Amino acid sequence: MTRETPILELRNASKQFGDQPVLRDVNLTVSRGETLVVIGESGCGKSVTMKLLIGLLDPTSGTALFEDRPLSERSEHELSYERQRFGYLFQGAALFDSLSVFENIAFPLRQNSALPEQKIRTIVEERVLEVGLPTSVCEKKPAHLSGGMKKRVGLARALALVPEIMMYDEPTTGLDPIMSDVINNLILQTRVRRPVTSIVVTHDMNTVRKVADRVVMFYPLSRLGAEEPQVIFEGTAEEAFASSDSRVTQFVNGEAGERMRELSVA
Amino acid sequence: MASVADPVSRFGPIHFVGKITLTILENVGDVTIFFTKILYWMTTRLPRKRVLLPSLYQTGVLSLPVVIVTGAFIGMVLAIQTYDQFRLMHMETKLGAIINISLVKELGPVLAATMLAGRVGSALAAELGTMRVTEQIDALSAMGANPVNYLVVPRFLACFMLIPLLTIVADATGILGGWFLSSYVLDINSHHYWHHAISYVGPYDLFSGMFKSTFFGAAIAVVACHRGFNCTAGAEGVGRAATEAFVFSFILILVLDFALGAFLQALYYTLWPSYGGGVVLDFNLINSCTQFIS
Repeated sequence: MTRETPILELRNASKQFGDQPVLRDVNLTVSRGETLVVIGESGCGKSVTMKLLIGLLDPTSGTALFEDRPLSERSEHELSYERQRFGYLFQGAALFDSLSVFENIAFPLRQNSALPEQKIRTIVEERVLEVGLPTSVCEKKPAHLSGGMKKRVGLARALALVPEIMMYDEPTTGLDPIMSDVINNLILQTRVRRPVTSIVVTHDMNTVRKVADRVVMFYPLSRLGAEEPQVIFEGTAEEAFASSDSRVTQFVNGEAGERMRELSVA
Repeated sequence: MASVADPVSRFGPIHFVGKITLTILENVGDVTIFFTKILYWMTTRLPRKRVLLPSLYQTGVLSLPVVIVTGAFIGMVLAIQTYDQFRLMHMETKLGAIINISLVKELGPVLAATMLAGRVGSALAAELGTMRVTEQIDALSAMGANPVNYLVVPRFLACFMLIPLLTIVADATGILGGWFLSSYVLDINSHHYWHHAISYVGPYDLFSGMFKSTFFGAAIAVVACHRGFNCTAGAEGVGRAATEAFVFSFILILVLDFALGAFLQALYYTLWPSYGGGVVLDFNLINSCTQFIS
């Protein structure tokens, strides 16, 4: 049996901002149709990994590949075109302040298609209803929405072009437990409605339990030795919760462990 | 204790100068690349009306009040400041010449550009900086839009195309302000005032003011958008981007003003060597003054 080519891949990817290394020789593959959840402490490079995969950042060394072809080999136009196949829910939703909710969701449609306004309105209203919001929200500005509503509008915008690959950057951060569950269910529903490959960056163990087909855990470079790999765990959610690696169990169970001792020394 | 490995203590001033030089070169290179990207996208895909019109409105229409007020007051200030000297030489009626030539060649373009850098440049840097730190610029890229094409090109075009018009407004209100004060407050005869005012200002003077202003507009847009795009995180980063946008644009306006002034002068001498340029007319004024004093 031949192994299926991953839709997204990082090969020996490293990323450094100025003097600050964030990722070192990371190898990661994302298979078509799976939901990969990336967990790890703040600052360990999870969001950077996702931005490398979509080409929003370039690796300092190594390669990011989409459908087995390096992103660096694609022109600016080609990259813009390929990104229509991606949907990206940003941590703070990243809605355009100056545009209404309607204009935000219509943005990728207007940018990448020549659809008539009536058709765009229909699609926008469909997406708004899909994320459980009333269509009356369309005329509001993002500043007038709650955190949960912003996330849902962000999700509606990311889904506007019916993407093949969905990326969720900390989709439940800053939300109450009920709204977090709503978002988790929306991630699941999106997968049920259409075939989609999903990558979810999160700290939320409920999200891991609920949506993950596969989990990878990153560890901050500052806590690793020179030769240690940065991806310290790869497996299913059940395996993550049953892991014997103390770094993984501490994270999934939310235990400070030796960090408290570090604090008391400081 | 100073560490042996500390490069600053090892190399001292030489290291410091090198570091500053590298930073300057890096920034100049970065701005140049940014500018070439603007030119590339401007020639590849022009912005849509829906995106361009708000930029034109923000840059042009909303800048009008401040440009009108500044122009009018500078015209009046010029009249007050120069009146005493001209009166001593009994040349009050030639006040219009000095006011108008100063405004058309120098103060109109520079003031319009300064107002644009202060009002539009800082706002641009703050707006784009906020978009950068809240990941709105990344969101644009993720949705298949090019941020330079979508955000920078319309703002660049607005600054580049509208600054000559704002300069005309600054010139006109300055000229009217100067004339109003000279005629109605300083009691200078209007007919003689305008006679001298017109004879000392030629089409080339008007052209040089407009020509310089287009460079100022382009510089403001490039610097402000570049600062916004490279904004660091947090409120402090956005504030710094807005301040740097104004300071760097203003310095660039002055440098360009000098360089383009020298270039335009040389061009005039080349095109009309027999006239010796509009400067000769100015020399006539200076000669009259010298003769009067002697």
